[in-house]
Amino acid sequence: MHLLVCGGTGCKASESDQIVANLNAELEAHSLQDEAKVVVTGCFGFCERGPIVKIIPDNTFYTQVKPEDAKEIIEEHIIKGRKVHRLLYVDPNSKESISDSKHMGFYQKQIRIALRNCGFLDPENIDESIARDAYQALGKALTEMTPQQVIDEIKKSGLRGRGGGGFPTGLKWEFAAKNASDQKYVVCNADEGDPGAFMDRSVLEGDPHTVLEAMAICGYTMGADKGLIYIRAEYPLAIHRLKVAIKQALDYGLLGKDIMGTGFNFDIELRYGAGAFVCGEETALIHSMEGERGEPTVKPPFPAESGYLGKPTNVNNVETFASVPVILLKGAEWFASIGTEKSKGTKVFALAGKINNVGLIEVPMGITLREVIYEIGGGIKNGKKFKAVQTGGPSGGCLTEEHLDTPIDFDNLLAAGSMMGSGGMIVMDEDDCMVSIAKFFLEFTVEESCGKCSPCRIGNKRLHEILTKITDGKGTMEDLELLKNLSEVIKDTSLCGLGQSSPNPVLSTLVNFWDEYVEHVTDKKCRAGQCTALKQYIIDAEACVGCTACARVCPVNAISGERKMPHEINQDICIKCGACYDKCKFSAIFIK
Amino acid sequence: MNKIKNLADLRKMKDELQNKIQLREKSDSPDAIIQVKVGMATSGIASGAKEVMNYFTEELEKRNVDALVIQVGDMGYCYAEPTVEVTRPGEDPIVFGYVDLTKADEIIEKYIKNGELIEGIIPANYHSID
Ligand SMILES: Cc1cc2nc3c(=O)[nH]c(=O)nc-3n(C[C@H](O)[C@H](O)[C@H](O)COP(=O)(O)O)c2cc1C
Ligand code: SF4
Repeated sequence: MHLLVCGGTGCKASESDQIVANLNAELEAHSLQDEAKVVVTGCFGFCERGPIVKIIPDNTFYTQVKPEDAKEIIEEHIIKGRKVHRLLYVDPNSKESISDSKHMGFYQKQIRIALRNCGFLDPENIDESIARDAYQALGKALTEMTPQQVIDEIKKSGLRGRGGGGFPTGLKWEFAAKNASDQKYVVCNADEGDPGAFMDRSVLEGDPHTVLEAMAICGYTMGADKGLIYIRAEYPLAIHRLKVAIKQALDYGLLGKDIMGTGFNFDIELRYGAGAFVCGEETALIHSMEGERGEPTVKPPFPAESGYLGKPTNVNNVETFASVPVILLKGAEWFASIGTEKSKGTKVFALAGKINNVGLIEVPMGITLREVIYEIGGGIKNGKKFKAVQTGGPSGGCLTEEHLDTPIDFDNLLAAGSMMGSGGMIVMDEDDCMVSIAKFFLEFTVEESCGKCSPCRIGNKRLHEILTKITDGKGTMEDLELLKNLSEVIKDTSLCGLGQSSPNPVLSTLVNFWDEYVEHVTDKKCRAGQCTALKQYIIDAEACVGCTACARVCPVNAISGERKMPHEINQDICIKCGACYDKCKFSAIFIK
Repeated sequence: MNKIKNLADLRKMKDELQNKIQLREKSDSPDAIIQVKVGMATSGIASGAKEVMNYFTEELEKRNVDALVIQVGDMGYCYAEPTVEVTRPGEDPIVFGYVDLTKADEIIEKYIKNGELIEGIIPANYHSID
């Protein structure tokens, strides 16, 4: 028998160490230490009801356990085999107590569709994929369905593009199918340029066949026999696994000529990107594949009319493709039963920032930010206070406490001033300065702007300068007005999605954290203490003993004072390096 | 290699392969094979999954434990990389986090050989569709 005790940060904070000690003591008192063993585990992700103790093999799940409960657990459960009912989890909906963790609603929070095989099979062995249904959907489409039936099924499923735009996938396929041409192309967008995002990489590394299969299905619907995967060269492992997978599929006749004897041909090649963010934009991506500069062009014409080499081209994101085969196998209704009214299925997020369980999660659309952050993410690191969460990558918006209970889907995020993007989710805590955060993301877009159109090239640079002025303590109220107006202009007049969304972090923080901007401007204060220029090092005259240590360490001689007398810092000279603060042995220097 | 000639062929092949894997996964005979899955995505490898995988392969052989070591993709527990999932025949899979060579040794000696759970288990918090 085993007793698993959660050793996650949250549970540790509520005395899980003491629970472990007490359980062990009880086991020894009953000479049971050879029969049962206490094991500390990682976070169960159910911190809200911690500390958690789980008994194996019967999977009993005790919540909110206190150190003094140890005795009862051992004497009742371990010795007499009776569950301690008062510690069982009570389902908030049915009011029934649930003893088996597998039946708790919480464990249903994550549903893996796009990631269904990641972590389950050897991506370099096609047999394992085949055992888990790879190429069944392709076979079904080719032999039992017409191209239009496949398109209708995808349309019915409600699948929308996971690359950021959220465009209905079935509709996109239909456009590409309708444009007659001697040659068409299917393109998989594996550029994944958002900093910190790695969902597409994980799918390609963990389950490459599902993407290859979906591309072939797409080719069948639109009449294309050639697929191209645009992948950044910084993804060597994903590239390697794709190459292996393509070769194995060719060997089995699941790609190439006359697939499964149906007369349908489909080949897939890789194209490498150099890692520019803008090359993830579909027109720029196509130009980059053609050997041109990776710059966007005006739409229309859409790729479905004139794409790669001027031919009808369908571009989809990796995760979009990864959802396709399951839809054909399990049916559109099944997929459409998951999610919200207008956003169906699941979305993969890369959870990062000040959160305990950093990682890759896949959740049904419509889950709330609160569930993601607190139940799956295990809450904020070091018990700090939640401040904001940024969704949608570098050009998404920052959402606050008041959005925590909003169901996440394409439309709700847009309405809240952010976006789904490709699924980055960065959590910030009370120590983060929101002006600096906006500046940080803008730095990225300024760097990545291709420079083709002036609002984005020049406007973002100006935005960044104004933000720098504010964090340097030189901002004015007029600057805040200017920030807002300029942001609107950039959004309205930029050529591509990069410029059209780059001011989002500024606009959303202006709305949600207006007070913080005003503090920076009028009070010259940064409440998070992040803006160095706004820091003031001050000597507490009461505590200062006049040892002169600080004056000697100050690199710019900003500190004056007689020996054995309180010293003083000249704020005009001080460069806020903090050397004096570190040196003072009497805690006489404080930061304001 | 034989080409798959039609959908029926593929379905047959799937059934055969699935049986093979299920035998591996579900068998109750005590000497049936133990499976060790090592999360070998970029993040896993960066935190040492490759050494861990090699270690398992070599040590299990040296110690005469009949087990199958396979590489798999990202399991999603990035905060606890490298992660290793061990399935003992007839039992639920258990995931261990922060696996280094010392931990790997402990997993072999305690969990794989005796079914004794050790520190560092990561509870699964999602369910996958089948
Ligand atoms: C600046 C910019 C960067 C983009 N980067 C990506 C990317 O890395 N991956 C991606 O799939 N889509 C990216 N997109 C969206 C693509 O233009 C396109 O909408 C998407 O690949 C279509 O696939 P989907 O319908 O499956 O989402 C980006 C768009 C913009 C404006
Ligand atoms: S909006 Fe920016 S990235 Fe897009 S075309 Fe214009 S300059 Fe280039």
